Amino acid sequence: MNWLTLNWPQVIELTRDHLLLSAPAIVLSVLLAVPIGRLAHRRPRLGGAVLGAAGLLYAIPALPLLIIIPVLFGIPLRSPATMIIALTVYGLALLVRTAADAFGSVDPRVREAAVAVGHSPLGVFWRVDLPLAVPVLLAGVRVVAVSTVSLVTIGALIGVPSLGTLLTDGFQRGIPAEVATGVIATMALALLFDALLIAAGRALTPWTAKRRERLLPRAETT
Amino acid sequence: MRFGSLYRLTVTVLPMSGEVAVIEFESVSKTYPGHAAAVAEFSLVVPSHRSVVLVGSSGSGKSTLLRTVNRMVEPTSGRVLIDGEDVRERDPVALRRSIGYVLQHGGLLPHRSVLDNIATVPVLNGIAKREARTAASELLERVGLDPKLGRRYPGQLSGGQQQRVGVARALAADPEILLMDEPFGAVDPIMRRDLQEELLRLQAELHKTILFVTHDVDEAFLLGDEVVVLREGGVIAQRGTPAEILGAPADDFVRDFVGADRAERELSIMDIDGRAVAVDGSGRPVGVLAP
Repeated sequence: MNWLTLNWPQVIELTRDHLLLSAPAIVLSVLLAVPIGRLAHRRPRLGGAVLGAAGLLYAIPALPLLIIIPVLFGIPLRSPATMIIALTVYGLALLVRTAADAFGSVDPRVREAAVAVGHSPLGVFWRVDLPLAVPVLLAGVRVVAVSTVSLVTIGALIGVPSLGTLLTDGFQRGIPAEVATGVIATMALALLFDALLIAAGRALTPWTAKRRERLLPRAETT
Repeated sequence: MRFGSLYRLTVTVLPMSGEVAVIEFESVSKTYPGHAAAVAEFSLVVPSHRSVVLVGSSGSGKSTLLRTVNRMVEPTSGRVLIDGEDVRERDPVALRRSIGYVLQHGGLLPHRSVLDNIATVPVLNGIAKREARTAASELLERVGLDPKLGRRYPGQLSGGQQQRVGVARALAADPEILLMDEPFGAVDPIMRRDLQEELLRLQAELHKTILFVTHDVDEAFLLGDEVVVLREGGVIAQRGTPAEILGAPADDFVRDFVGADRAERELSIMDIDGRAVAVDGSGRPVGVLAP
């Protein structure tokens, strides 16, 4: 506790760094995984290959990935961009399949009815497929969010500051309180993201809540 | 007989409608790869502002035929014309918005409120959301539902209520043509009867060109100005008014299909206490002749 009272400005700053690394990576993962997942769902043959490749991304060891990315993208090794790209790669690995499954979870009869009453292909995507895919998609995003927040700590190994810095620094200098602070702050951040996503999910899918409301009293009477 | 069951016997004065919203099938065939023809060389004219029911068992291609009208199915050969224009010349999205479509399972969007579901096509056509919702609320009443239901989601309604919403949605953009694909097939018999009566009442007011598909002969006779009995592969076994088909079935297939020999269809008159009572083939009284 003593350590924390003396060092809290640094912890706040590292938490901010941690946020600035993880949030863009999560957003990028979603923005890329949704169209790729949709493509994989629409073109199953191509999709199989895409899903396989995406899954393999997760098998790339972190440290080599952090070294390859600067070479491929021509950016400095110790930059936040390197971290964000690496985290997005892992995020994609987790989310592309879920995104494809999310579109697969949409009742084809609903989609067809939407087409039959006159939705354009783009209209079907925005007004029908995407909103109805949200519940499954969100389950995947929650996993990605928590995993990303925890993976950010690896950045400390290549010198990109985050709450992971507390872990490496604490180990090297033998300060258990610093390590504990790093672990707890990372977990707290992950839980915060998760809570925010659950709230967003409720706001985005009001129809599922209403259905629950209706089904509960009925279930009691029967 | 058909209109005796209407709730309100309002005499609607309609402007003499011109020959619009005529659907013509010209030798329409549809073959799916690796299957026998779903429909072969089907020709039919659905006249303006009349209701025509295609009735047949599964495999008769009735739904396939219906879906060629709004281009949900493209014929392998032949043409479908609306007011003389080949539907293939039309933009499919615009075409579909100009035709009301009611499906068996409602086909409502589960994530949109009832009002938004009804307002779907007007909103897609660019009408302001508020205006479209107000109109949707009126339509809700028109199909016999409490406007309070408008804020609910389809999942909170019964099957029958969902079908009514489906009908309201089909009417929202005031199309001349309604396509109805077994719309009442999945609801219980009492509810189905209500929905059928409601449709008759609406049609008496609105005079749409209705192409209706069902496997239920009684429904076909109740709702169709004309009935087309289909055999396997979309072959027309007989077409005519319900009375013509029931009175003079073209062949054994039709006789059997419409149940012309069923006891309940064989009515005779008995004189009981000076009143003419109609009884069916099993001797059960079904009604009294009007004096």
